[in-house]
Amino acid sequence: MTGSDGGAPRDRASSAPRDGSNGAAPGGESTGGESTGDPARPLIDARGLSRRYTVSGGLFAKQATVRALEDASFTLSAGRTLAVVGESGCGKSTLARVVTMIETPSDGTLELDGHRVEAGGLLDDETRSALRASVQIVFQDPFGSLNPRQTIGRILEEPVLINRPDVSAEERGRQAREMLVQTGLRPEHYDRYPHMFSGGQRQRIAVARALMLEPRVLVLDEPVSALDLSIQSQVLNLLVELQERLGLAYLFISHDLSVVRHMADDVMVMYLGRVVESGSAEDVFAHPRHPYTEALLSATPIADPARERTRIRLVGELPSPLDPPSGCAFHPRCRKAAGTCREERPTLAPEADGRTGSMHRVACHFPVGDETGDLRRTDHADR
Amino acid sequence: MTLLDVKGLSVDFRTANGRFRAVDRVDVSVERGDVLAIVGESGSGKSVSMLALMGLLPWTADITSEHMRFDGTDLARADARTRRRLIGRDVAMIFQEPMSSLNPCFTVGFQIREALKAHLELSRKARQARAIELLELVGLPEPERRLRAYPHQLSGGMSQRVMIAMAIACQPKLLIADEPTTALDVTIQAQILELLLDLQKETGMALVLITHDMGVVAETARRVSVQYAGQKVEEQGVHALFDEPRHPYTAALLAALPERATTRRLPSIPGVVPGQFDRPTGCLFSPRCTFADERCRRVAPDVAAASLGVARCHYPLVNGVAQKAAS
Amino acid sequence: MSASEPVTANVASDAPGRPGRFREFWRYFRENRGAVAGLVVFALFIVVAILADVIAPHSPTQQFRSALLQPPFWQEGGTTDFLLGTDPLGRDMLSRLIHGTRYSFFIGVIVVFIAATSGILLGLIAGFARGWVDTLIMRLMDILLAFPSLLLALVMVAILGPSLTNAMIAIAIVLQPHYVRLTRAAVLGERAKDYVTSARVVGASRLRLMFVTVLPNCLAPLIVQAALSFSTAILDAAALGFLGLGAQPPTPEWGTMLADSREFVLRAWWVVTLPGIAILVNVLAINLMGDGLRDALDPKLKRS
Repeated sequence: MTGSDGGAPRDRASSAPRDGSNGAAPGGESTGGESTGDPARPLIDARGLSRRYTVSGGLFAKQATVRALEDASFTLSAGRTLAVVGESGCGKSTLARVVTMIETPSDGTLELDGHRVEAGGLLDDETRSALRASVQIVFQDPFGSLNPRQTIGRILEEPVLINRPDVSAEERGRQAREMLVQTGLRPEHYDRYPHMFSGGQRQRIAVARALMLEPRVLVLDEPVSALDLSIQSQVLNLLVELQERLGLAYLFISHDLSVVRHMADDVMVMYLGRVVESGSAEDVFAHPRHPYTEALLSATPIADPARERTRIRLVGELPSPLDPPSGCAFHPRCRKAAGTCREERPTLAPEADGRTGSMHRVACHFPVGDETGDLRRTDHADR
Repeated sequence: MTLLDVKGLSVDFRTANGRFRAVDRVDVSVERGDVLAIVGESGSGKSVSMLALMGLLPWTADITSEHMRFDGTDLARADARTRRRLIGRDVAMIFQEPMSSLNPCFTVGFQIREALKAHLELSRKARQARAIELLELVGLPEPERRLRAYPHQLSGGMSQRVMIAMAIACQPKLLIADEPTTALDVTIQAQILELLLDLQKETGMALVLITHDMGVVAETARRVSVQYAGQKVEEQGVHALFDEPRHPYTAALLAALPERATTRRLPSIPGVVPGQFDRPTGCLFSPRCTFADERCRRVAPDVAAASLGVARCHYPLVNGVAQKAAS
Repeated sequence: MSASEPVTANVASDAPGRPGRFREFWRYFRENRGAVAGLVVFALFIVVAILADVIAPHSPTQQFRSALLQPPFWQEGGTTDFLLGTDPLGRDMLSRLIHGTRYSFFIGVIVVFIAATSGILLGLIAGFARGWVDTLIMRLMDILLAFPSLLLALVMVAILGPSLTNAMIAIAIVLQPHYVRLTRAAVLGERAKDYVTSARVVGASRLRLMFVTVLPNCLAPLIVQAALSFSTAILDAAALGFLGLGAQPPTPEWGTMLADSREFVLRAWWVVTLPGIAILVNVLAINLMGDGLRDALDPKLKRS
């Protein structure tokens, strides 16, 4: 039971045509499940998404604007996984909330399965209901995401009860029990309460609830970060299987790069609310172009004591979103920072990488790989 | 003489639902200057065993051991005064949540000086000087200013540095770090781990690192002890452990790492860690072990030889295969 | 190994032996001897209240002209006809005390019901609405809290006229802010949690969020508050009765009984002391029980 699947190893590379595209390339997506309408149209098309908060400074200080998310653009197609990585304050959770419509964007547009959400635009109930059936979310904390006072059955039935009132109680119960089985639980768990389950099982229940409305897109906000390693793999396997069976698209938010490497088709790296690099997972991990991505990869511990590591040591703390540095937000900690970096903020520029022919974008004045010689060096004192 | 020599440590909790054995006959031994990692998942008892050593468990815990010797003194049998002299001075501990490990009502400087006052005979001026020195040692810029700051004004990484400063204030011989970087971002994690290792090299103190992250283990530890459901199931040098794990649990844990995955599906360990109400008879890992047989389910295994990683297993692995002798 | 095997991987061990919530609660509660004693006494009082007509030897309002101010049976001059003696109008003390339990519970239940219902409702609204609605409600409650409760009750009764009903309404209004604050605090704490956000994402309406999702999770502190304000209600009603502004004679409410008998403290101690003891025992029992409830329901004090 601890071995991998028998037979020919199903390599990720062969499970879907890998053209490494970041977006809606024709014929590139669906590995399973039919996407309605035009198969080339992405399920999510976000352009310039921003979310800002005004924080009052109290009676005597003036208000400050927190740019939690600024100018994020991406597309996501059926059957693919787009991972969003970054550390605290990078805006990935805000992105999750905006895409799931828990919050409305301050700027930019979001097209979800054909419906358009604009900044400040109000949605009518019908559109909201339709969108709920398109996008659902699974949260990080398995112990807080389930209502402790409701049985599993009620938790699972609630989405259907609210959104599809015409479904009979009997039918609802049947759907709930079936979903339990699909996510690896048992129908008799229907009557139990959340506190009787372990963390891994609760995450399965959370996934089951998210799937009750048959969404096309699942936003997963650090779904396995709070789980033990051995349980992590169970839940990740479940997610992979569901994606293949139902043709789901995943927006996978995580800070754990080894998990991301395993799960993602495409990756977006964020820093202080902005996207600093994006591209196919293969590209970004093998040839990171942004110094921050490089540092992130370098900082991630590898479970192999024999590997020689030269670490890129990042100096300093993560800046506060209330007081971002001028120009490029990363420049105070960047090993390659120069004068331009302090003055001018780099924009996300597409760079067709000749090696893999993919769309790899990076927001940097001096991307990594432009200089010859050693890409990784420990950098102590030249600050 | 071994710096830390714990043998047969067991911790039972008196709960509303009966007794719960959180740590079961665990041995820990650390030499001077050694770096030991204790790895385990939730329910493994890795934190509880160290907290028992430090005397930080609640009154509902019953601690028993053959001996718990630190630098020659048996902590289990020592009186409260002797313990207070050692704990916090010669053996120190840092915890997982740096943001809540500091008292929010007092400045950082006050708390560091408090630690110094309790254990060292220094004048007030000397304490202040030492506090500044400590903050410099842990890499905090502008130490005089930081000393006047309150904990809520510091970030997670800075708070953890302050915690480390407090811990090394009296130049301990042993530092126990309980998941010191789990709550921190990965770039800050790298900084803190590097700091701990640098301090360890400079001062020659021993370091016990409790973690669940195999990557951290691979990069920092010299020896690794693996715990499962309150028992120690294996202990080896770090290279040996990663190359040739002896206990099926260790092997399964390594195989389940996403970075070792070769296929889209990860090899997973079915089932869950036994809790209070479903402890199996025989080997605690048997319900989830690929190699388990009847004997494993009925008879609790003994500890194997050191060459086999002191694995608590009937059939320790050799080249990844359980050695079931024809019997 | 089939493709579906890892999904339906062994999830069998899901704590079959873990006892239910109520039994766990009872275990904690039971350890607190004071609380159990309080519960027993409280239950005893309830039984007495229900069976008052059966247990009481005489009618509480019947005046026995021949036996005015008779002492209890163990004193000289007392008879076993009137076990605890009689009051200045010749009414049997024991029967009046027994019937008094009815009034006490009646008062407690009604007052707590009114205060809790309106308090919880206002607290929910304040917690969910935020903004000026929240501020308005909380400032109103602050104003109510600023007055000494008895004084406020006095003013209200003086306006509305002295009667038991008015006294109960007044006390309920005065007790309400506690429920509002507790509920609002609990709501603010729960609102931030993921399961509430999940319910919102799934499309739950505001009302549903308030009553179905959040409220059941806020109940623990409210239950404790209800138990404790039960005793406060009885005390306040007794105080108002003592001042002649609550239940009016000849109602055998304990506080009212005290009002008529101030002058007899030295002459006939039983007329004053016995109702006082009844109030004391009742309130003490409820407070002990309430404390025990709070300790048993507080998750931070749990041991496992």
